[in-house]
Amino acid sequence: MNPKERIARRVALEVQPGSLVNLGIGLPSMVANYLPEHVDVFFQAENGVIGLGARPPEGMEDPNLTDAGGGFVTAVPGAASIDSAMSFGIIRGGHLDMTVLGGLQVDQRGYLANWMVPGKMVPGMGGAMDLVAGAKRVVVAMVHTAKGTPKIVPECALPLTAERRVSLIVTEMAVIEPTEKGLVLREVASDSSVDDVLAATSAELIVDEPPAEMTLA
Amino acid sequence: MREAISAAAAAELIPDGSTLLIGGFMGVGSPLRMIDALIEAGRKDLTVVANDTAMPGRAIGKLVSVGAIRKAIVSHIGLNPETQAQMISGEMEVELVPQGTLVERIRAGGVGLGGVLTATGIGTPVEEGKQKVEVNGKSYLLELPIKGDFALLAANRADYVGNLEFSLTAHNFNPVMALAAETVIAEPTSIVPIGVIPPDAVKTPGVLIDHLIERAPV
Repeated sequence: MNPKERIARRVALEVQPGSLVNLGIGLPSMVANYLPEHVDVFFQAENGVIGLGARPPEGMEDPNLTDAGGGFVTAVPGAASIDSAMSFGIIRGGHLDMTVLGGLQVDQRGYLANWMVPGKMVPGMGGAMDLVAGAKRVVVAMVHTAKGTPKIVPECALPLTAERRVSLIVTEMAVIEPTEKGLVLREVASDSSVDDVLAATSAELIVDEPPAEMTLA
Repeated sequence: MREAISAAAAAELIPDGSTLLIGGFMGVGSPLRMIDALIEAGRKDLTVVANDTAMPGRAIGKLVSVGAIRKAIVSHIGLNPETQAQMISGEMEVELVPQGTLVERIRAGGVGLGGVLTATGIGTPVEEGKQKVEVNGKSYLLELPIKGDFALLAANRADYVGNLEFSLTAHNFNPVMALAAETVIAEPTSIVPIGVIPPDAVKTPGVLIDHLIERAPV
């Protein structure tokens, strides 16, 4: 199983029945593939739909129905189409139960940087800042290191997305929960040890009790 | 009852240097015929307020390609390398605004508010130069209203009085922008007689629309 699939399968366990969830583009969007078939969840795409469905069959796409990455999608029964003011009102107003986003860095405080690398990549924040500031739970789904360079760091060197402690960090090696006391190592993947995780993390991790083995959907 | 005008005639109303609010999200729900007409008319030095600059060759991306945009106020340019190149070379000024803040700034401009207070952007580069306001112990940024000279909207259907109906994710910024410009030009896919769009289905009342673009050619 590749690292991204493992991350998506672990994040899938965080999706609560009856909730409204926003999945970011890329890895986070894979989470939808690993939910039980009839789970009672609505996905929001911030460009304007609650009740995002799977990709339509080839040749049957509706040009007016895309996700926030511009890819063609469908809408599930019970879906609602909304404008951007309603969409971000839902996000900012505390009506979104969970968002899953990728990350460039997360630091000791649980703060996320995921929208720019000064001098290199300035795509714009899109909806990321509103999502991190406004969602009830923020789950960061990312590979543990950038080609060996730790992404979980003492303090983000990259510009922050929001001054808010994220709820959970899920990587292919570990599940880490940012708390008031710091980053607590909750779970470790079956093919990693606690020492492997500590070596791949430059932030301090709290290992109070032996972490559980990471489970997957 | 109003008269529909051609996209070319509408482009004639828009001078160089105008500030345009343009609906759409990655080109979905963008007034594509109006954009083509602006390019055909050789409009330049435009300030464009929109969610994004789409991709090269598509919707607002076409205006980028011909160098018609002097300043873009947008939330995302990641799918348009031409915008990034023009930003780096200094040909285009780009103001990046969080998407939810952008739509509320436009809404504020349209509904007569002096600004909005949002926690989005606190602790990030977005807060630079902005006034912070504390309300009930929580910090917010004061974000100022945005208004345009023209709003260019795309709609699914319009009726003869200009009432608009939108489809699925093609709503996006269109209904909000309808309030926030001096002159509002709507480009519907089709135009239907009065009564076909029931009052409950009208998202943008026709009284807000100044000009209706003719239906798409068959």
